[in-house]
Amino acid sequence: MTTKIELLPNDSATDYRTNSLFRLTMRRIVRQRSAIIGGTILLFLVLVAIFAPAIAPFDPNFVLIGHEDIKRRSDPCIHLLGCPEDQPQHILGTDGNVRDVFSRVVFGTRISLMIGFTTVGFAILVGTLLGSLGGFLGGWIDNLIMRIMDVLLAFPSLLLAIAIVAVLGHGLQNALLAIGIVSIPVYARVVRASVLSVKEQEFVSASRALGGSPMHVLFRRILPNAIPPLIVQGTLGIATAILDAAALSFLGLGAQPPTAEWGTMLGTERNQVFTAPHLVFYPGLAIMITVLAFNLLGDGLRDAIDPRLKN
Amino acid sequence: MTQYAIRRILYSIPVIFGILVVTFIMARAIPGDPCKAMLGEKASAEVCERFNREQGLDKPIPVQFGVYMKNIFSGDFGDSIRYSRPVAKILLERLPTTIELGLIALILAIMVGIPAGVIAAVRRNTAVDVGVMIAANTGVSMPVYWLGLLLAYLFALVLKDTPFWLPPSGRISAGLSATPFFEVFQWGIVEGSGIYNFLEFFANMYIFNSIISGNWEVLGDVIKHLILPAVALSTIPLAIIARMTRSSMLEVLRQDYIRTARAKGLFERFVILKHAFRNALLPVITIIGLQVGTLFAGAVLTETIFGFAGVGRMLFEAITARDFPIVQGFTVVIAVGYVAVNLLVDLSYVFIDPRIRLD
Repeated sequence: MTTKIELLPNDSATDYRTNSLFRLTMRRIVRQRSAIIGGTILLFLVLVAIFAPAIAPFDPNFVLIGHEDIKRRSDPCIHLLGCPEDQPQHILGTDGNVRDVFSRVVFGTRISLMIGFTTVGFAILVGTLLGSLGGFLGGWIDNLIMRIMDVLLAFPSLLLAIAIVAVLGHGLQNALLAIGIVSIPVYARVVRASVLSVKEQEFVSASRALGGSPMHVLFRRILPNAIPPLIVQGTLGIATAILDAAALSFLGLGAQPPTAEWGTMLGTERNQVFTAPHLVFYPGLAIMITVLAFNLLGDGLRDAIDPRLKN
Repeated sequence: MTQYAIRRILYSIPVIFGILVVTFIMARAIPGDPCKAMLGEKASAEVCERFNREQGLDKPIPVQFGVYMKNIFSGDFGDSIRYSRPVAKILLERLPTTIELGLIALILAIMVGIPAGVIAAVRRNTAVDVGVMIAANTGVSMPVYWLGLLLAYLFALVLKDTPFWLPPSGRISAGLSATPFFEVFQWGIVEGSGIYNFLEFFANMYIFNSIISGNWEVLGDVIKHLILPAVALSTIPLAIIARMTRSSMLEVLRQDYIRTARAKGLFERFVILKHAFRNALLPVITIIGLQVGTLFAGAVLTETIFGFAGVGRMLFEAITARDFPIVQGFTVVIAVGYVAVNLLVDLSYVFIDPRIRLD
């Protein structure tokens, strides 16, 4: 009796490629409906932000008085939907300073995305540094860092951000700094937990035994393990950062007029909600869609990359 | 059990100390001259000298910190620059409004969020589940002030002249007044006394006050005024609670003991409520505790929109007017309150989870 051994059609190189961690993760992400929906909306928003000057019919701060025969806070006018042809077309209407609301909403995408990425980028950078130092070195340094993080977490985040802005002074830059600071503890905790979970593992000991310096071990062997939970937390964090920054601007503590920031737009026109509701509706809708996109993407990434974070 | 409680209480002490340190540093981190930041650029050198002396800003930092701690522990948060009144007094006047609003919002969030989460988990992957999750994801992404403004527009303007009309601002209609219950019952308490202040605190919660004093007209009016801000404020906590309940229920429903309970022939409703829900409750309670922070922060926005004279609106006004004693005092109280609520939540685990009791 002879045994016939059949060779698998894939050679080892193809096998390695098809099973690479990246491909597996991507496959898992693609299967997450919420990640796909969130990612698609986000891609759309990024394109809007990049091509804002081409999409927006006017400069966001361009005052139309003297250029068009149009009133302040005029209702949306779309010729295709029956708005008289003799009336200038402003698809989301005009605001109290007779500026095109659509152009301002479109340009607002740039600012909101910038706020999200900047604050979370800053928080991830500082949080990673603190969390990795604490987790890697342990002892009193870890204790000190984590107690400071506990104190920062003891404040409701928006409230602490408000207090910081109250001290530093109003303005977008200070608002970004405040939101960045209040976001640090979350990332510090995530990184510390990852560092603690892998620092005693064999591949780390092997790297040390091979003469790897502490910095090499930390940055090349340990920290890469913290990247997946950081990506998930960062995506969800951007949503919170955008929401908080818009809230600060709404209160007049963040971006200042005439900046085309959604929270500022809402804040300056909030008293007109009964007479010109479109001035409140569209900037708020833009905030909600952007935050929803990041939340959906973050949820999907979490389920695909690190389901342990769910609870 | 006692050990767990003591450990948890001891753990809160350094956090509260840290909060006091952070707020102390914050008030000293004002860029430039703190006197000019608070009193305005035109404040003269003499005025600033007197201000610094009165506020203790001319003393070394460790001495300032010692005085600050001593004052805080004796309930002295200093005087408001704008109102020239003790911050503690203002806080006591404003806090009941925020507590009432926050409590109603939290009750709403729990009463709707938990059943929604349970139903979504039990009917997983059905239209109900998808609907609840879409609503929850939208709710968690919604700016509270935007929703508040839209609700005000809808219920105060669009639904005007219908039975669904609701007032867009204020706590009580003009012409009505919520007379404190101790005055209604003529208890003869001297104004300004300790007991007066204590009772006034509760009387400022209008719902509580009108129920105790049996003033049903005021009760109806107050509830009407509370609906919109409470709904706006509850949206994010409601969405978070619903999501967490669903996720926790799904986790529990996969367990072997649920299969065993079903195999025993128990009614499905009994399995869900008695076996699954009770075990799924722990993470939900943690999340509810954390929502207190969201409610306090949301109160700043909601009270500003709906013209509620609570802590949140006061804090906003104080920031705008650079009234730092109020900002500092209010921040301390809210943060310590947040820690205290989460401590209570942690201690409540002892009654919910027998494993902690036996630990």
